[in-house]
Amino acid sequence: MSLSLFALQLINGVEYGLLLFLVASGLTLVFGVLGVLNFAHGSFYMLGAYLAWWLSERTGNLLLAILVGLPAMALIGLLVERLAIGRLYLRDHLSQVLLTYGLVLLFNELQRALWGNDVHGVATPKALSFTIPLGEAQTWPAWRAFTALCCIAVAVAMRQVILKTRWGMRVRAGASNAEMVEALGIDVRRVFSVVFSAGTALAGLAGMLAAPLTTVYPGMGESVLILSFVVVVIGGIGSIKGAFLGAMLVGIADTFGKVLLPGFASAMVYAVMAAVLLWRPRGLLGPAFEGR
Amino acid sequence: MTRRILLLAGALALGAVAFSGDRFWLQFLGKAMIGCILAMSLDLLVGFTGLVSLAHSAFFGLAAYALAGVTNRLGLVNPLLTFPVCLLAAAAAALIIGWLSLRATGVYFIMVTLAFTQMLFYLFNDSPALGGSDGLYVVERPVDSRAAAYVAIWAALVLAYLLLARILRAPYGRALEGIRVNEQRMRSLGYPTRRYKLVAFVIAGALAGVAGYLDATLYGFVNPAQLGWRQSGLILVTVLLGGKGTLYGPALGALLLAFIEHYGERVTEHWNALIAALVIAVVLFLPRGLAGLVQGGRRA
Amino acid sequence: MTLSRRALLGAAACSSLLTRRLRAATGARLKIGLLLPYSGTYAALGHNITDAMKLAATEHRGKLGGREVEWVAVDDESDPAKAPANVNKLIAGEKVDILTGPVHSGVAMAMMQIVRQENVLTIVTNAGAQAVTGTLCAPHVFRTSFSNWQVSYPCADVMLEAGHKRAVLMFWNYSFGQESMAAFKEGYSKGGGTVVKEIAVPFPNTEFQANLSEIAALKPDAVFVFFAGAGAAKFVKDYADAGLQQKVPLYGSGFLTEGVLAAQGAAAEGIKTTLHYADALDNAANRKFRESFKKATGRDADVYAVAGYDTVNTLAQALGKVKGDTGAGKELIAALEATRLDSPRGPFRFSKAHNPVQDVYLRQVKGGKEVVLGVAMKEAEDPAAGCKMGK
Repeated sequence: MSLSLFALQLINGVEYGLLLFLVASGLTLVFGVLGVLNFAHGSFYMLGAYLAWWLSERTGNLLLAILVGLPAMALIGLLVERLAIGRLYLRDHLSQVLLTYGLVLLFNELQRALWGNDVHGVATPKALSFTIPLGEAQTWPAWRAFTALCCIAVAVAMRQVILKTRWGMRVRAGASNAEMVEALGIDVRRVFSVVFSAGTALAGLAGMLAAPLTTVYPGMGESVLILSFVVVVIGGIGSIKGAFLGAMLVGIADTFGKVLLPGFASAMVYAVMAAVLLWRPRGLLGPAFEGR
Repeated sequence: MTRRILLLAGALALGAVAFSGDRFWLQFLGKAMIGCILAMSLDLLVGFTGLVSLAHSAFFGLAAYALAGVTNRLGLVNPLLTFPVCLLAAAAAALIIGWLSLRATGVYFIMVTLAFTQMLFYLFNDSPALGGSDGLYVVERPVDSRAAAYVAIWAALVLAYLLLARILRAPYGRALEGIRVNEQRMRSLGYPTRRYKLVAFVIAGALAGVAGYLDATLYGFVNPAQLGWRQSGLILVTVLLGGKGTLYGPALGALLLAFIEHYGERVTEHWNALIAALVIAVVLFLPRGLAGLVQGGRRA
Repeated sequence: MTLSRRALLGAAACSSLLTRRLRAATGARLKIGLLLPYSGTYAALGHNITDAMKLAATEHRGKLGGREVEWVAVDDESDPAKAPANVNKLIAGEKVDILTGPVHSGVAMAMMQIVRQENVLTIVTNAGAQAVTGTLCAPHVFRTSFSNWQVSYPCADVMLEAGHKRAVLMFWNYSFGQESMAAFKEGYSKGGGTVVKEIAVPFPNTEFQANLSEIAALKPDAVFVFFAGAGAAKFVKDYADAGLQQKVPLYGSGFLTEGVLAAQGAAAEGIKTTLHYADALDNAANRKFRESFKKATGRDADVYAVAGYDTVNTLAQALGKVKGDTGAGKELIAALEATRLDSPRGPFRFSKAHNPVQDVYLRQVKGGKEVVLGVAMKEAEDPAAGCKMGK
C-alpha cells in the first residue's frame, strides 16, 4: 500500500470513527449515568435521519432542518424517559434489554406508518455541496468534512460541559453515587432526564448528519446500534473519552480490515471487542468499581 | 400440586398431537416445542444463575450446521451417530465461549456473548463454502417422517424439563441460585463460583444444541439467520413473557410467542407493534410474566 | 426408510391432489399464497409485487380459470430462519393452491426445500437465485422475474463494445452478488476483457470509503457493481462524492438504480445498467400497466411490480386452459409452459427450465430519468446449469 493510499485510508477510518463516536457518546452517557442499557438508541438515530429528511423537504434547507430537529429529538428523549425508561432505574439488565427491544419494534412500526417503506435521499445544503480534492485520484465531499468537524466540536463541548460546569459535576456525581447526590438535595431525577434527553439528541444529530450520506430507509438504525454498543464496551461504559478511543479504534480497524483482510472484515470489529475485553474486562477506560 | 397436574396434562396433550397426522400442527407445535427447549435452557442461566446470555442462538445454530456438515460431507445419517457429534460440538463451543465470556461480569458479560454470537454469524454468513447467507440443506435427515421428528422433539422437551428440574433441586442448583442472589457471598463461603457458572453455561449451551439438532431434523434447512443476536433476543423475550426463574414459565412463554406470531398477522398488518406492546406491558406491569399470573412461586 | 418415506409422501400428495381437484370441481375459491416481506428493508418490494398481482386480478374481474381468487399473505420478514415455518403456514396450514414469492433468496432456498417435496404449484416472483431454475428446478416450479445471470451477463458485452477492457468488480458478497459477478466474468473474459480486481463487500455492509479509495488508486477503464436498495443509493452517492463519477464509468445490473433513483439524485447521472425491464419502455402494455398501477396505488410501477403483474396474467392464461383445475398436474404444467404474454417488459415466455426468456435492455440515467438506449441482449435465456428438466 502506497503512502498516499495509506493516508487516504487513515482519513476514511478517522472520519468513520468520528461519526461512530457521536452515536456512541449518547449511549455511553446514558449507560454510565443512568445505568440503563438502551437498545432503542439506534431508533433515535433513525428518527433523527427521518426528521432531517422530512423537515428539509418542507423547509428546503438541511441546516435549518437540523436546527429544528435537534430540540425535537431532545423532547422525544424526555418523553421516552418519563414514560418508559424512568421505570427501569431499579430493575435488572434483562428488563432493560427487553423494554428497549420492545421500543425498537414500536419505533420501527411508527416509522413505517408515518413515512412508508421507500428509500429517500437528502440533499446537502448548496453552500456545502462542493468537493475537496484529496491527492490526484480522489475527492472528498464538503459535507463529510462538515460532519467530521461537528463531531469534533461535540466532543470538545461535551468535555467542557462535563468537566468544567456545575451541571457536568452533577452528572458525574449522579453517575458515581445517585443516592448520595439525592441526599445532598439535588434532584437526581432531573439530572437523569436531562442526560437521557441529551443522549437521544446526540443520536438524533448523528442521524441527521449522516442522512445525506446514507440516505434514509427503514431499519437504518440497526447496524449503527450494534456498532455503537461495541464502541461503548471497548471504550468502557460511562467514559466519553473511552467512547472516543473506542470509536477511533473501530473506525480505523474496520477501514483497514476491509482493504487488507476482506474475508474477515465483518467479524473483525467483534474480534477486536472480544480481545479488548479479555485483556481489560471493563473496557479500555471503564469504571474502576464493580458498579454496573 | 395442581401445577404439576396441569403440566402433566399439557405434556400429554402435546404428545397426543403426534397421532393426529395433521401436517400443519405437527410442524407448528414441533417448532414451538423447540422454542420451549431453548427458553428453558436459557432460563437456567438467566432466571437461576443470573447470567443474561446473548450467545444462546449460537449454540442452536452450531449444532444445526454440524448436522448439515456431517450428513452432507461425511454421509452420516443415523441419529445414533449424528446426535452425539452435534451435541458435543455445541457443548465444546459453550465451554470455550463460556470460559472466555465469564472472565467478564455484568453487562460486559452480555456484550462478550453478543460478540461471539456475531462472530459465528459472520463466519457462516460470509463463507460461500459453508453455504453463505442462503444457508444449506441437510441432504438426508436423521428421521424422515414428520411424526417421528415430532415425537423426538416431544421426548427431548420432556427429558430436558426433567433434567433441568433435577439439577435445580440438587445442591448444585441451589448454589446457582445463591450465585444469582449474591456471588460474593457464595465465594466467601468457599464455592468455586466461576466453575459453577461455566458448568451451567455448558449445560444450557448443550441443550440449545439439542434444540438446533432437532430443528435441522424437522426442516432439513440451516441458515446463518438462526445464529444472530436477533434470534437470541427472541429467546430472551420468551423467557421474560413466561416468567424467568420458574423453568416451566419460559416454556409457556415460547408457546405463547409462537401462537401470537401465527395469529397476530391475521389481526393486523402492524402485528410487530402488537408484540412490542406486549413486551413493554409485561416488563412494566407483569415483571414475573405468565408464571407470575399462575401464582406458581419460584421453584421448578 | 426410503421406501416408507416415498409411500408417505405419495399418499400425502395424492390426498392433497384429490382435495384440490375436488375444490376445483366445486368451483371453490382459488387460494393464492403470498410469501413476501411486508416489514423490514424489502417491504416496498413486497407491497409492489402484491399490489400488481391484485391489479392484474381485477383486470380479470377477480377470477382466474373461472374461480374467484382468495389472497393469503404471510409476512416473511426476509428472514430465512422463519422461512420454513412460514412456508408451512401457507402450504400445510392454509392449504393454498398456488404459492408465490419470495423476495429474499435465503427465504427462496428454504421454500424450494419444502416445495419440491410437496406437489404445490409455485411461482417465484422475485428471488433471482440460479438454483431455483437450475439445480433445484422442478416441473411445478416457475419463475416470472429473472435469474441473476440474465441481468448481469449482457453487461459484459456492453462494456467491451464501449472499449472498457480493464474493469474492477465490486459487489455484496452473498449469492446474488456472487452469481452476478460469475455471469459477468463469463461474458467479459470471453470477449477479451480483464478483471483487475474483485472487491467483495460483506452483506449488508455499506461503508464503501475504503474500497472506493482502492478503486481510485487502481484507475480501471470501468467499474461493474452489484448493489440494491438503500445500499445502492449510498454506493452511487459515495462514488460520486469520491470524484469517480466523472473519471471512471459505472455499470451494474438494473438493481443499482431501481427504486432509488430519486434518492440518488445527480450522483446517478450517466450510470448504465442492464435489466429485463425499464420504466421508460415504450410499448402499449407498459403504458397501460403503469397508468393502471399509478391509479390503483398512487405509486409508480417498477421491475418488481411487473413480475407480480405477469404472474397473475400467466396464471389467468394457463388456468383458463384447464378450467381452473389446479389439480390437473401435467395439463396445467403444459399450459403454463405454453404461456405467451405481451408483458409490459416485452414478449414473455418460459424456458424449458421454467425461467423467463426475455429481452434485457440497456438503460442510462439522463437528466434524472432512466432512458432506454436499446436491447442489450435479445431473448436472453438462463443457461439453467444443473437442471435436468427438458434435457
